[in-house]
Amino acid sequence: MLKYVIKRIGLMLVVFLIIISVCFVLVKLLPSKPAEQFGKDMALIEMRREALGYNKPLIEQYIIFVRRSLIGMDWGVSEMMYVGQDVMKVFMEKMPATILVNVYTMLFSVPLGLIFGIYAALKKNTWQDHFISTAVMVFVSVPSYVYAFLVQYFLCFKLQWFPFQMRAGYDYFSWETFVSLVPAILSLGFGTVAGLTRYTRAELTEVLTSEFLLLARTKGLTKAQTTVRHALRNSMVPIFPMILSQFIGIISGSMIIENIFGIPGVGPLYVRSLGTTPPDYNFFLLLSAFYTLIGLGSGIIIDLSYGLIDPRIRMGSKK
Amino acid sequence: MMTKNERNYPKIPKGKFAFVPMEGRQHDKKFETKPIGYFQDVLMRFSRNKASVVAFFIIVFLALYAILVPMFAETNYSLALTDTMYINYSKLPPRSKAMGWLFGDGTKKVTVNENDYNILRAIGIETGLNPIVSSSEPYQDATSGRKQNNYYDIITDEYYRIGMMYLTLTPDEYENIQAWQDANNIQVIYPAITDAKQSDANIWYKANKKGVPTLTKSGDYQPIYRTTTPEDTSYHSLRIAADNDPEKPLAYARITGTSQAKGYVVRVSKYNYFQYRYGFEPSFVMGTNSKGQDIFTRLASAARFSFMLAIFVSSLNLTIGTFYGAIEGYYGGWVDMLMERIADVLGGIPFIVVTSLFQLHLSNKVGVVPSLLFAFVLTGWLGMAYRVRMQFYRFKGQEYVLAARTLGASDARLMFKHIFPNSLGTIITGSILVIPGVIFSESSLTYLGIVNLESSTMTSVGTMLANGRDQLSTNPYIILFPSLFISLLQISFNLFGNGLRDAFNPQLRGAE
Repeated sequence: MLKYVIKRIGLMLVVFLIIISVCFVLVKLLPSKPAEQFGKDMALIEMRREALGYNKPLIEQYIIFVRRSLIGMDWGVSEMMYVGQDVMKVFMEKMPATILVNVYTMLFSVPLGLIFGIYAALKKNTWQDHFISTAVMVFVSVPSYVYAFLVQYFLCFKLQWFPFQMRAGYDYFSWETFVSLVPAILSLGFGTVAGLTRYTRAELTEVLTSEFLLLARTKGLTKAQTTVRHALRNSMVPIFPMILSQFIGIISGSMIIENIFGIPGVGPLYVRSLGTTPPDYNFFLLLSAFYTLIGLGSGIIIDLSYGLIDPRIRMGSKK
Repeated sequence: MMTKNERNYPKIPKGKFAFVPMEGRQHDKKFETKPIGYFQDVLMRFSRNKASVVAFFIIVFLALYAILVPMFAETNYSLALTDTMYINYSKLPPRSKAMGWLFGDGTKKVTVNENDYNILRAIGIETGLNPIVSSSEPYQDATSGRKQNNYYDIITDEYYRIGMMYLTLTPDEYENIQAWQDANNIQVIYPAITDAKQSDANIWYKANKKGVPTLTKSGDYQPIYRTTTPEDTSYHSLRIAADNDPEKPLAYARITGTSQAKGYVVRVSKYNYFQYRYGFEPSFVMGTNSKGQDIFTRLASAARFSFMLAIFVSSLNLTIGTFYGAIEGYYGGWVDMLMERIADVLGGIPFIVVTSLFQLHLSNKVGVVPSLLFAFVLTGWLGMAYRVRMQFYRFKGQEYVLAARTLGASDARLMFKHIFPNSLGTIITGSILVIPGVIFSESSLTYLGIVNLESSTMTSVGTMLANGRDQLSTNPYIILFPSLFISLLQISFNLFGNGLRDAFNPQLRGAE
């Protein structure tokens, strides 16, 4: 197992290095803003560019980039959006808002998704099941920004229950901030709940019709016992990695929702770093690395969690 | 049903036996029913799934809308390339003469104060196109603090509310409009006013600086129409009812410019001018956006672009993915290993980063659309290649492949004649399910502004949504129709794709 984990992580790092190197070269080929145009920040920008080897040949720049940025975590300063500020620091300031919204969304949608899914599976082929399945089909398909518009129009504008945008400021854990986040959580949640419901229902029905469950019943266990102890636990094997991957997925995937509800997160940072002319390359590189790492990491975590939850699955074994 | 007697085999009477004829060949009975092929079977099982069939027809309907409307509809959006007049018809709510119950009748509920109420009333009195459809009794709003002000809850006809505008016409245009007025008996040009500095074309009465009318004691407006000056004698067409003094007829234009290049500054009714210019009454089925562009045709051309892009991406993915997956799966070993690692690297790049890099590098050289297309294709074929590879692994070891190889079939023939047809089902389902994904990604990217497709000849659903967002509370219809379109499209495609997947899955045969 350990050998497999190390192999996977090693492979991931290689892939990551290749991707980020290609990104680096492609970014370096683009024209950046001449330092003379920065006015009072000129000296600072020139200094930082010198440190990152902007005037040296590309290959030397690359070596400096690997040493300073990938190993030393110094990603340079922002040149367009937050002129002169450390890119990594700004990025870290934006992280909490994104994580907060996603954690709230998961807290609200995982239990709901599981409950609906289990209910539909137990009531298979009744009207309750058909109703849930139809609703799931609709909710899974509709894009999250459409929910955002609906929520904004009906709950924020017509009923005036919530503010249009997230409350400004850094007190993330106050009640007012939470209320102002509810529209965003709802918009993200609909799709997540529906996806989870569909998956749970599919997995649970498969387990419920399997033969070992019939055996458990013939042994004399009650229906509740077989469902909770045998069926649910077994169906969790594929469901749990799915929850995990969804959680990781929406850290990087809530770009549009963050944009609509004015959440000062990572998504808008990325969009804005591309919006300036020329783009803010240091932010762009850092965020590209971030999204790549998230994507690669989630793949590994999903694979490994199979083995953790169900010891019968030996990842990477020859058999 | 057999009786006990008949099963008593030893006692079958001899007479029941007959000899098989020796001459001629024996045949099985010919099938009376038609044989059912693979695709026929799929079609049969697909059509049993009612929801998918409905979804399929919705997709066909949306596709027809996207293809036909930009071809045939001649509205102000298709004229927009050369015409700047449409800016005057902005934010008109949906109105349909034939299907008002579905789309709307172009009215809107608003609350106005006394002054605004009077300004609106004046439009109706002068032109007969009354913007106030119905009005509540005046009431005083205690919470506003200004006790003196009366408020009205009114339903306005937004198409009449747009009122008047000033236009500077050449003598020819001036003559043309007059001729049209006489022919159709619809008045476009209304009398000029004495106040030459007044920029608000709606004002034809005595008013203060804010345009609030100064009423007489009986509540009437006091017209400030100009009377004819000696140089303007060219007006011969329709006149308003108040223009009944033969001694001092009203002037319908203010003349500017030199005698060589004369210009006529006229007050025209926007509603009637639209009829003169385009030949039909303004009535936009889905309304107009804040630039005055017709949403119905704009959405259709956005949809056409989305469909085209998605189908193009899907077919390119299909081609690349099939070849890549076939080579990987068929040869296996180190070829597979190497190609899988390449796929791993490509699959690790987040789609949004690919798109951004392509936009930064290529959009100036080859254009926005091709660079978007490249971004979609660069990583899009991976899924298809994966599916094809799996199918090849499943089938390449089977005996019939070995038999074909023994008979001397080449690698290419084995791959595409013998193994590939097995994966047809998954490939078709896969390439159908790619389409909603592409449309969704495209709308998200254009919404965020990472890809900018907006130009005079083109638009996209995402841009329409982004433009309508600041109008969400005041004019929700601008955002409603694009949202509705994309939601309907996604739901239908998913239903259709699921139905297709089930139909292509032979394991489900008979289980439904």
